[in-house]
Amino acid sequence: MSTASQPLLVAILREPSGALSLPNDGWALLIQQARSAQLLSRLAYLLEGTGDLQRVPAGPLHHLESSLVLARSHDRAVRWEVASIHDALRSAGIPTVLLKGAAYVMAELPTARGRWFSDIDIMVPRRALADAETTLRGAGWTGTHADDPYDQRFYREWMHEIPPMVHERRKTTLDVHHSIVPLTSRLEPDADKLFAAAVPLRGHPGLHVLSPPDMVLHSATHLFYEGDYHHGLRDLIDIDDLLRHFSAQDSRFWRVLVDRAFAMDLARPLFYALRYARRLLGTPLPGHVIAELRPARPNLLLLPLLDASFQRALLPDHPSCADVFTPVARWLLFLRGHYLRMPLRLLIPHLTRKAWRRVKGEEPH
Amino acid sequence: MKIADVSVPQLQRLLVADGVALRVGPFVTCLHSPIAGVAEGLHLVGAHHPLAKREEFVDFDIEIRPRLGLRPPFRRLAQLFVDGIAPFNPFPIGQSYAMFEWGLNWCIATRSDRFLLVHSAVVEKGGKALLLPAPPGSGKSTLCAALVCCGWRLLSDELAILRPDGLLAPIPRPVSLKNTSIDVIRHFEPSAVIGGTAHETIKGTVSYLRPPADSVDRQSEPAKPAFVVFPKYEAGSPLRFAPHSKARTLVFLAHNSFNYHVHGASGFELLADVLEHCECYDLRYGSLDDALRCVEALASAGARERGTT
Repeated sequence: MSTASQPLLVAILREPSGALSLPNDGWALLIQQARSAQLLSRLAYLLEGTGDLQRVPAGPLHHLESSLVLARSHDRAVRWEVASIHDALRSAGIPTVLLKGAAYVMAELPTARGRWFSDIDIMVPRRALADAETTLRGAGWTGTHADDPYDQRFYREWMHEIPPMVHERRKTTLDVHHSIVPLTSRLEPDADKLFAAAVPLRGHPGLHVLSPPDMVLHSATHLFYEGDYHHGLRDLIDIDDLLRHFSAQDSRFWRVLVDRAFAMDLARPLFYALRYARRLLGTPLPGHVIAELRPARPNLLLLPLLDASFQRALLPDHPSCADVFTPVARWLLFLRGHYLRMPLRLLIPHLTRKAWRRVKGEEPH
Repeated sequence: MKIADVSVPQLQRLLVADGVALRVGPFVTCLHSPIAGVAEGLHLVGAHHPLAKREEFVDFDIEIRPRLGLRPPFRRLAQLFVDGIAPFNPFPIGQSYAMFEWGLNWCIATRSDRFLLVHSAVVEKGGKALLLPAPPGSGKSTLCAALVCCGWRLLSDELAILRPDGLLAPIPRPVSLKNTSIDVIRHFEPSAVIGGTAHETIKGTVSYLRPPADSVDRQSEPAKPAFVVFPKYEAGSPLRFAPHSKARTLVFLAHNSFNYHVHGASGFELLADVLEHCECYDLRYGSLDDALRCVEALASAGARERGTT
């Protein structure tokens, strides 16, 4: 279990200069783990930041430099997409909040450096959702799942987003949300409060990002209330970065964060986020925060099972970071994610239907 | 040490035990597989490739494992793993060697954004590299194979690797030949070593031409791009050789690049700089010999009278 509990990648992310003393097979393993966790360019930026990048041997340097080229292109593409979305929605007067990666880039947060993107996430008020969809269609985005009434219903009645939109020329994906958790979720944060607290993005009138505590809470909720942990470590690193950044900027940040978590019904996801960020990444937490979140922790009989599952699933999705229990852990968390997203009376028919369509070959595995 | 220095059974034992680490241009690939066809294909068409030293850094870790199909008729399949992860669907076990070549190309094409990667064959003679970019079915690989048989140095039959300094890095893998072009090359050069054959792939039958020892020995020696020729084979067509607009060439190369979009403005500038010093032509031909004479004349004329075009 020694390699599974502290993979090389995690050790190096915590102490980047340690990479320089690695033998070649250590470097190969590090590059593989970082790539599978989508953290290769982050590793490159860290080494650049410590001035160690140019001392990396030529073999691994090729992969790190290539990942930097890719990360820079993702950064450019995100800014371009955001500008296009902004252009479209501004004319319709729809207040827009950027979420996740796009927000980190546009707010110039440290966690944006070296982040890779597969889509852009935005949030608009639910009352403006239909307007936003029409406006975006006019600007070149098309809805997906258009010919599938079941999927349409799944998104529009149960989820916190409409079916993903794809730009017809650039083929980029845009997720338009109206809240940060599904309508059917067991958590009930008030989306209006998120909009009320959102911070305007300087230089982009009408564009916002979530307030610092809400940004952390969203990231935590996204990671710990969904079922897919293939990029779990990257998402946990986002949280670690955000916590370190915001708490250094504002001495009252921890106080505000904990109060907000309880006020938004998101204290449980925050509990998980802080627990595993500290355990895996050594995030510094004030003692009072841990004590105050104690009422939000899950059933103490369940916690050891969750620990065992999360501490496996949050590692890079690479054979060297897995033990015999890793597949079970990922599977349990997948089921848990679905269970938390919707009540069983909706979930069981939904999964049955998905499985049936998969058997018939109508849906990818 | 080269692959040819070990026997097929030795190679197969290595592939099962620690894997075989191959040096391919700037990269080291470690291949693992218990499948006999992989060892045979590698031994035949990869004979000249050097084995990397044990302690070298491995860029790509490729494993090809046999498995059974999950549904009747339970065919014997194989699956390719890169760094322990399977990026593609399983394939018939007889296509394993071809899948190795394909998987290696995929690794290089998806993990080398430091370079500008263009889908093109590249050969070189007298220090001048010739790019043959063209869509599938235009006879690019056949012409490339024939040129290699005539003494041109093979840089790649699939992938032009343009470094930031404007030079092309070689990755002299075996040249893939499809369907009728396999016999064309056998006929053209009876001593050519062709193997690693895969039947009934998406592209039909695929075989591999062993690259000349000289091309492999010089795989760390970059080449300066001098010509871009767009080949188009058309049965019965007379030879037509005409200049191709540099602007159109740039647009074509950008469209046929795997990662032009990743490079932004610097990608455009790099291509423009390279093409500034290249001659660009269309080559339509019905006879391979005509096409070869034409390209040879281009190279030797280029050697005599620089700067006339």
